Amino acid sequence: MIDFLDAIRFDMIWNYKELFIRGLWITLSLTAVGYVGGIILGLFLGIGKLSKIKWIYYPAKYYVDFFRGTPLLVQILLIHLAVIPSIFGHSLGYFVSGATALMLNCAAYNAEIIRAGIQSIEKGQMEAARSLGMPQGEAMRFIILPQAFRRMIPPLGNELIALLKDSSLVTVIAANDLLYAGKVVAGAYARFWEPYITVAILYLLLTWVFTKVIAYVEKRYSNSYIPSQRRRLFSFGRASAGG
Amino acid sequence: MIKIQGLHKSFGKLEVLRGINCNISEKEVVCVIGPSGSGKSTFLRCINLLEEVTAGSIYIDGVKINSKDTDINEIRKEVGMVFQQFNLFPHMNVLENITIAPKRIRKMHEIEANDLAYQLLEKVGLRDKASAYPEQLSGGQMQRVAIARAMAMRPKVMLFDEPTSALDPEMVKEVLDVMKQLAKDGMTMVVVTHEMGFAREMGDRVLFMDEGIIMEEGTPSEVFGQPKSTRTQDFLSKVL
Ligand SMILES: Nc1ncnc2c1ncn2[C@@H]1O[C@H](COP(=O)(O)OP(=O)(O)OP(=O)(O)O)[C@@H](O)[C@H]1O
Ligand SMILES: [Mg+2]
Repeated sequence: MIDFLDAIRFDMIWNYKELFIRGLWITLSLTAVGYVGGIILGLFLGIGKLSKIKWIYYPAKYYVDFFRGTPLLVQILLIHLAVIPSIFGHSLGYFVSGATALMLNCAAYNAEIIRAGIQSIEKGQMEAARSLGMPQGEAMRFIILPQAFRRMIPPLGNELIALLKDSSLVTVIAANDLLYAGKVVAGAYARFWEPYITVAILYLLLTWVFTKVIAYVEKRYSNSYIPSQRRRLFSFGRASAGG
Repeated sequence: MIKIQGLHKSFGKLEVLRGINCNISEKEVVCVIGPSGSGKSTFLRCINLLEEVTAGSIYIDGVKINSKDTDINEIRKEVGMVFQQFNLFPHMNVLENITIAPKRIRKMHEIEANDLAYQLLEKVGLRDKASAYPEQLSGGQMQRVAIARAMAMRPKVMLFDEPTSALDPEMVKEVLDVMKQLAKDGMTMVVVTHEMGFAREMGDRVLFMDEGIIMEEGTPSEVFGQPKSTRTQDFLSKVL
């Protein structure tokens, strides 16, 4: 054991620290872009899956079925090597391909979460809003979604962590993400313990931070609709739930 | 003011309303009574098109509301509804619950909408609860806010679907009092209720519904005093 510890050479990680920092940054950026895009697109898909209109419902349904039914790795390769070159005539780089694939994939999972969240709001809420003369869209935006989003926080949080880890798959298209940094170091020194343990620890650190943030958001929003005192500290001017 | 002709409503094969004819004039208070499942709620919900009408016509101020050309949202602005389960918006405080529709739908200015809301809260006796959230209110208070919320759109007619059925007995009176005040102020009201006392005291007319039709109608003293049909007699003997 002592021999083993002595043999560990973390200096080689240190020599490549910039690569790891850059990798962290790329991984975080891919996750952020994929997640935000995935929520916006997922919102439309989720509402689409609730539509009674066939030409809205079926495209949304088939989209979700496709992206949940095929491996993300395949989607990444397909988008990077086939879809984007076919549309633009050349590659737009690993970041665009990676972020697009993560976003499209994440949207499919979010769509189901958002659909279920909307459906979980009592029918009476929509009826009350409609009976006041609100059109469907306004009722959705001001009455249903603000309530549904609170219920979606835990599953959407899980999605964020899953996406963070899944973003490592973009390594296959030579994205300079965190895992790629580990691979480079492993290749340079032909040693595997140090780089991959470092990568694992860094991912663990990120998921730990994310978990804390999600737990905080969850605690703040899920128990009660009454704004907590803490919120006043951070909000300037009058905070209005109605918008 | 409201004219209903040959109203039919089916849910699939189940025929819930089987030809309802009814006229409601301005400032009239019409109470609808009848056994569970007779279609009272469905009848009310058809009047503001929460349910799609299967056949027949409904006119409000001479405009046929169940036709393809009418804008449902325009109709609903004029028809307020109060639900058994209150259906307040839990993520908004009382003031926001009341002002959201005037602000978003009537494009009322914030200050004006707040003024209106405070006036209405005064009326229902809850001025001091403007910044409370629904979960901080009792059932009776929630229902009074719900009435104020519906009134804020300045509707021509108010529909009440068993507004006191979900309340603890000691809170029924405070809600009925608010409704009585509305009636005295000249609001046109259609009230589905199990509160026979309210129907007797405030109703200009009582409709007894059974199996999807209006079995009997008349003034409260007619319907409660000398019910003609045996179904009405049966029902009244059970509830009175
Ligand atoms: N959305 C629906 N789909 C199918 N059937 C329905 C629906 N809404 C109501 N019904 C049926 O229509 C009938 C009448 O219902 P309605 O709610 O109008 O009765 P009600 O007179 O209001 O009864 P209660 O006094 O219990 O409220 C019932 O048999 C009910 O099961
Ligand atoms: Mg009912």
